[in-house]
Amino acid sequence: MNAFTETETQPVAKVAAMLPAPKLPNDRWQPLEIVFWLLPIAAYFAFPGYLVLISQIMIVGLFAVSLDLILGYAGIVSLGHAAFFGLGAYTAGLLSVHGWGEPLSGLLAGGVVAGIAGLLTAFLVVRGQDLTRLMVTLGICLMLFEAANKAAFITGGVDGLSGMMVGKLFGTFEFDLNGNVAFWYSFAVLFIVFAVMRRVVKSPFGLSLIGIREGVRRMPSLGVNVNRRLVGVFTLGAVVAGLAGALLAQTTQFVGLDSLGFPRSAELVIMLVLGGTGRLYGALVGAAVFMLAQDYIAGLNPTYWQFYIGLLLVLIVLFARGGILGGLERLLQLVKPQRKEQP
Amino acid sequence: MLANFAGVLFDGIAYGSLLFLISVGLSVTMGMMNFINLAHGAFAMLGGYVSVSLLSRFGVPFLASLPLAFIASALVGLVLERVLYRRLYKASHLDQVLFSIGLTFMAVAGATYFYGPTQQPVVLPDWLRGQVSLLGLDVGAYRVFLIGVVVLVTVALGLLIERTRFGAQIRASVDNQTAAAGLGINVSLVFSLTFALGSGLAGLGGGLGIDVLGLDPTFPVKYMVYFLLVVAVGGAGTIKGPLLAAIILGVFDVAGKYYVPEVGAFVIYALMVVLLILFPMGLMRRKA
Repeated sequence: MNAFTETETQPVAKVAAMLPAPKLPNDRWQPLEIVFWLLPIAAYFAFPGYLVLISQIMIVGLFAVSLDLILGYAGIVSLGHAAFFGLGAYTAGLLSVHGWGEPLSGLLAGGVVAGIAGLLTAFLVVRGQDLTRLMVTLGICLMLFEAANKAAFITGGVDGLSGMMVGKLFGTFEFDLNGNVAFWYSFAVLFIVFAVMRRVVKSPFGLSLIGIREGVRRMPSLGVNVNRRLVGVFTLGAVVAGLAGALLAQTTQFVGLDSLGFPRSAELVIMLVLGGTGRLYGALVGAAVFMLAQDYIAGLNPTYWQFYIGLLLVLIVLFARGGILGGLERLLQLVKPQRKEQP
Repeated sequence: MLANFAGVLFDGIAYGSLLFLISVGLSVTMGMMNFINLAHGAFAMLGGYVSVSLLSRFGVPFLASLPLAFIASALVGLVLERVLYRRLYKASHLDQVLFSIGLTFMAVAGATYFYGPTQQPVVLPDWLRGQVSLLGLDVGAYRVFLIGVVVLVTVALGLLIERTRFGAQIRASVDNQTAAAGLGINVSLVFSLTFALGSGLAGLGGGLGIDVLGLDPTFPVKYMVYFLLVVAVGGAGTIKGPLLAAIILGVFDVAGKYYVPEVGAFVIYALMVVLLILFPMGLMRRKA
């Protein structure tokens, strides 16, 4: 819709100057990105006492990346993304409780189960408008929560699923209490999945998602089957969320009922918006800032934490669209405005 | 067995009418301003806390506390609409959702700060306690009172919207804001007053509902789904749609919890998904 109004109200030449020059998808890694990926490794050596927290940040970051695909790129407002996270977590958890402790296959199984659920859900989700989508995603997440809650003989109910026996990674590395193996495992999975997602969003498929987000009525005239692309990206997002869930289950050797809860979905949206949507890196930055702040403030007083996160949301929406990375980008634009004028 | 069923049906209708009372304001704000307000339950919670405080701390009689709960929520709604909400009418749905989740979180934290995390007790007057016999059926006196109030409010609301000048202005603004403004209707004032009215009704519902829904700081989150459900299933922007949806959901929820307690809230969520698939635009759609 934005694209429409801008084109109508402003002279065409001006709009063309505002847009980047047309180019083929370019996914060369920038120096800044390489520095970004060196940060967790630096953190590993700098804060050896916080490896568990750092691993969790990376896992939640992966989860946030999966939401960024469907919310940030395709523009589907989902309030129930925890459904797929929880499915992945319970799949990996149940497999290892029942004797299948091999981590990598458990991880993949979590992704596959979440992906199948995502595919089934996607057909419902693409039918409606924003409100219906929001309600359907929320409803499916709540249904799964109720199911996991009531099926206590399988899932452990409110007590959570414990007694997981996760085997050695590659048959050699055992998950230790300090979280060394968990750290490298999480980091590797995050990096590999992120690299794939980065390629996806820079591909023609990813560009068509942005097109759908910005002007859904125009896309069919370009020969794009909008619903099929939305189903595709929703499924992909569900797979990645399932991987993140399975990863959390394996590294913490526990699955809580809260992995399916509404607060988890809501917090995820908050992280994503805090970092900045539609950038992939925004999801990681948002997750890191959110988790660190939560770790610090919730330690002081959980009630204050909820108040401040609410206030923060209101302020972001009113004054700071684009979140942290959006703000940084605007700062960069101020510093070097001459880049815009290049042909 | 049959009397049992009638009792469940009656409780379901009472529950549904309460849901309707709280959600009707949400339906109008969604239909009229196209605003997804997840913080609507916070206004109901506010009404509940106002009512509880008046009852226990100031000794105000129960019946008198209800209009005051209405007024308090309506005033807060009016102020918030003027200061915050109106900035976001043109914003994307994602922004609206985030903004109202933020407000909800702040309301939850605020209520915990002032009232503590426990359930608030409410002492009903004697004449509303116990059972009364209605057509040979023993039903809770408070449920009868609840349905009576909601019927009165619904009739008044129907008259207000269908028969008064202000109602005509509301309908015109829902149908077409631009045309309504062109005809000299102060659309922004109509929005503010409607928002206040909706918030006030939610407050009234919150005050009335303490005995049925309970009241603790997580109220807005716990029931958010139900309020949204009523509007999404019923169709935003109408009165009849949410009424029908609220009664259906109320009856199914009570019946589900009574007959199949082991599946719990599953019934209502399954019903919601089915209804939304069958009627993606809601049961009743306002014809523009």
